[in-house]
Amino acid sequence: MIYDVAIIGSGIAGLSAALRAKELGKDVVVVTKKYPTQAQSSMAQGGINAALSEEDSVEAHIADTLRSAAGLSDEGVVRYVCESAPEAIAWLDYLGTPFSRKGASIAQRPLGGASAARACYAQDYTGLKILHTLYDNCLKAGVKFMSEKFLLNIIIEDNIAKGVTLLNIRTSQVEQLLSKAVVLASGGYAKIYGAFSTNGYGSYGEGLAAAMRAGAVLSDLEFVQFHPTALAKSSILISEAARGLGAKIVDGKGERFCDELATRDELARAIWAKIEEGQEVYLDMRGLGEELLMRELPQERKLARIYEGVDPLQEPVPIRSAAHYSMGGIDVDIDGKTSIKGLFACGECANAKLHGANRLGGNSLLETVVLGRRTGESATMCHNEVEEKTYERTRIDTDFVRAVFGLPNQIDFMERQEFLHKVLYNNAGIVREELAMKGVLSLIRQHQRELAFMGIRDKSPIYNTELVRFIEYGNILELAEAMVVAALQRNESRGAHYRKDHPEPKEHFKAHSHVWKEDGVLCADFKEV
Amino acid sequence: MRLRIRRYHPHFEPPSIDMEYEISGGGTLLEALEEIKQKRDRTLSFSSMCRSGVCGSCAVRVNGKEELACTYKPKDGDYIEPLSVVGVLRDLIGDFNSSLATLKKAHAYPVQMHSGMSEEDERQIERQSDCILCVSCYSSCPVYETNPSFLGPFALSRAYRYVADSREENKKAHIDAVLQNGIWDCTLCGNCTAVCPQGIDPKNDIVLLQSWAAKFGHLNPNLGNFGSFGLEF
Repeated sequence: MIYDVAIIGSGIAGLSAALRAKELGKDVVVVTKKYPTQAQSSMAQGGINAALSEEDSVEAHIADTLRSAAGLSDEGVVRYVCESAPEAIAWLDYLGTPFSRKGASIAQRPLGGASAARACYAQDYTGLKILHTLYDNCLKAGVKFMSEKFLLNIIIEDNIAKGVTLLNIRTSQVEQLLSKAVVLASGGYAKIYGAFSTNGYGSYGEGLAAAMRAGAVLSDLEFVQFHPTALAKSSILISEAARGLGAKIVDGKGERFCDELATRDELARAIWAKIEEGQEVYLDMRGLGEELLMRELPQERKLARIYEGVDPLQEPVPIRSAAHYSMGGIDVDIDGKTSIKGLFACGECANAKLHGANRLGGNSLLETVVLGRRTGESATMCHNEVEEKTYERTRIDTDFVRAVFGLPNQIDFMERQEFLHKVLYNNAGIVREELAMKGVLSLIRQHQRELAFMGIRDKSPIYNTELVRFIEYGNILELAEAMVVAALQRNESRGAHYRKDHPEPKEHFKAHSHVWKEDGVLCADFKEV
Repeated sequence: MRLRIRRYHPHFEPPSIDMEYEISGGGTLLEALEEIKQKRDRTLSFSSMCRSGVCGSCAVRVNGKEELACTYKPKDGDYIEPLSVVGVLRDLIGDFNSSLATLKKAHAYPVQMHSGMSEEDERQIERQSDCILCVSCYSSCPVYETNPSFLGPFALSRAYRYVADSREENKKAHIDAVLQNGIWDCTLCGNCTAVCPQGIDPKNDIVLLQSWAAKFGHLNPNLGNFGSFGLEF
C-alpha cells in the first residue's frame, strides 16, 4: 500500500494537516507512537490567538508577534498566520470546538506580550478540546490512524522522501510505510531538558532527528523557550493565563520583582536570577479568588495540590522556569516544504519562522492549525514515484533494532540521561556562556561514544518501553549536540537565547542558524533573514 | 512504602504474577512506577505522557478502582493492576483499540454543524468535552465486560456532547447511532461516573440520550417487553 500522504504525529498540527489532505480527496494515514489524542497538544492551556474584537486588530497581532520574534521571524509568514487567524477560529468553531464564551462571542483573555485580550480559550483545556474536536472530525472523515508506531527514519532515495521506517512498539518489528508525501508533525524537543521541562514524556524530537539524519536542514535550534511559571519540584506548567488574570510573581519575602506580563524570556531570566541568588520564587494566585480560579483554570489548583502540596487559594505556589517550547525546528517555507523533496513539516517540529527568537503565548496553537492545514494541502500536490519494494533504509533499521538487543549494557543510559538533562539546564538553558557550553558539548560527544557500551536490560520484544526510551536517548544526544553547536556559534543575546558573555543583540547575527548533516558530520552556518 | 504490582507478559508461564516493590513514597503513583523502572526493574512496562492528567495514557486500577497514575498518591500496600476488560498487552499497558473503535460507531463526532453558540450553550457541553479518553470508564463497565459490542461510556458521553451542542442540527443522526448496543443496554450502575478522573457523568448523559431518543419516538425495548405487564385485557 502506498499512501498519498503519511503524517507522523497526531497532535493538532498533524490532525489539521490530515483533515485538509482528506478534504482534498487523498488517502491519508496518521501515525502516532501512542494513541491519537495522547499528544503534547493536549497540554496546551492558555489559548489560541486571533484578533477578533474591536479593541484588537490583525496589524496589532502582527506587530506583537514581530516584536517578540526579535528580528528572526519571516514577516510574510507572520502576516499570513495572523491574517488567517480569525478564519481558523471560525473553522474550529464550525468543527465543534467548545471555546469558552462571553455572551454570544468567543471569550478572549490577555497573555504575556500581547497588546490586547487575544487568546481564545476553553477553560484551561484549550489544546485538549481543540485536539479532541479535530480527532472527532478525523473519525467522521475516515482518516486512517496507526497507533503505537515509533518513527525511526525517513526513507530517502535520490534525495526524495518515499516514506518512513517505524518501530512497531507492540512487537519490536521494523515496518516501512510508503507514501508520496511525508508530513512530520511530530512535536518539539523541549523535553531534552528532561525533568527541567514542562513537556510530557516523549517530546524528544524524533522527527527533527530523523529529518537531520535524512539530510534536511534544521534552523534556529538554539531558541528554546523557558516558561517562567512551572511548579518548582515537577516542572508542571502553570498557565500564563494565571498571570493574565492577575497572579503575581513574588520572592521569598512576598515582594514583586518583575512585570508579570512581560515576555516569557525576560521573566524566565528574572526568576532564574532570583533562584541563583539562593532565593525561592512563588506564584501568588490568592487574589484570583475561588470562583474565578475554578472557572478559568480548573487544572491549576489540582496540580499545585498534587505536585507541591500547596493550595494556591491559601498559599503562594513555589515555581521555577522550565523548558517549554522549541522555536527552532526543521527548516520549512510557508508551505511546510523542507529541503528534501516530498518531506514536509508543520507544528512545533518545524521552523516556519513565525515565532523567531521568542514565541508569544497563544501563537503556537494558531500555527499548528493554520500552517498545519496549509502543509496538509501542499503535501497533496506532491506526486513522487514510490516503488513498492523493501527499501535499504528498512533493512538497516531492522538490523539496528536487532543490534540494540545485543548491546552489552555496561553503562546505564538512564543514569547518563538524567545527568545530561541537569547539565543542559544549568549550562545551556536560560543563561548560557561559551566555556560552559563547550563543556556540555564535549559531554554530549562523550555520551555518543559510549552509546555502544550502553543498551537495554529488558530483552522482550513485546511492548518494550526501555527500547523506545533508548532510541529516544539517541535522538536526544543528536539534537542536544546540534542545539548546543547552534547556541555556541550565536555570540549574542536575542529573544530566548541569552549569552552571559554576549548580553546584547548584534546586527550581524540577525540571521537564522542552520545545522545539517553531511555524511554523518554535523555542519553549521548562518543564513541571512 | 511497598506496592504490589500485577505483572503480565504473554510469553511467560504463568503469564501473570504479582510482584512487590519498595518505593520511596511521597510522590504520585506515576513517579513511583518511574522510580521502579529506573532504579529497580527495567522490564516493568506502563504508559504515560503528560504527568498532569490530560493525555489519558496512564490509567490503571488501584485496589480495584480506576485511577490516573499521574494524579494518584499511593499508599502502603496498594495493589496496582492494568485496566480491566480492555485487554492487556504487557504489565500495566492496556489495549485501547477496541474501546476507541466505539467512537466512530456511536457517531461521536459533529454531523451537521453551524457556527456560534452562547455562553450558556457552551456550559451545557463543558464537562463532557473534558473527556481525555483514558478508558477508565470501559474498565469499570459491567455491560462492556459481558457484551464487547456495547458502545460504552465515553462513546455515549461524547455522542451526547454533540446532541447537546446547540450548533448541531442533525441530532437524530446521533440518536439513531446509539440505539443498537447503546443507550438501552446500559444498566445505569454508575461505575463509569464514579471512576471518571474528569468528573464526567456518563450515566447521566446516557439517561439524557434516552430522553432524546424518546423525543424521536424510540421506546426502551426492554420496557416494551413489559407492555401491559404481559397481560391481555
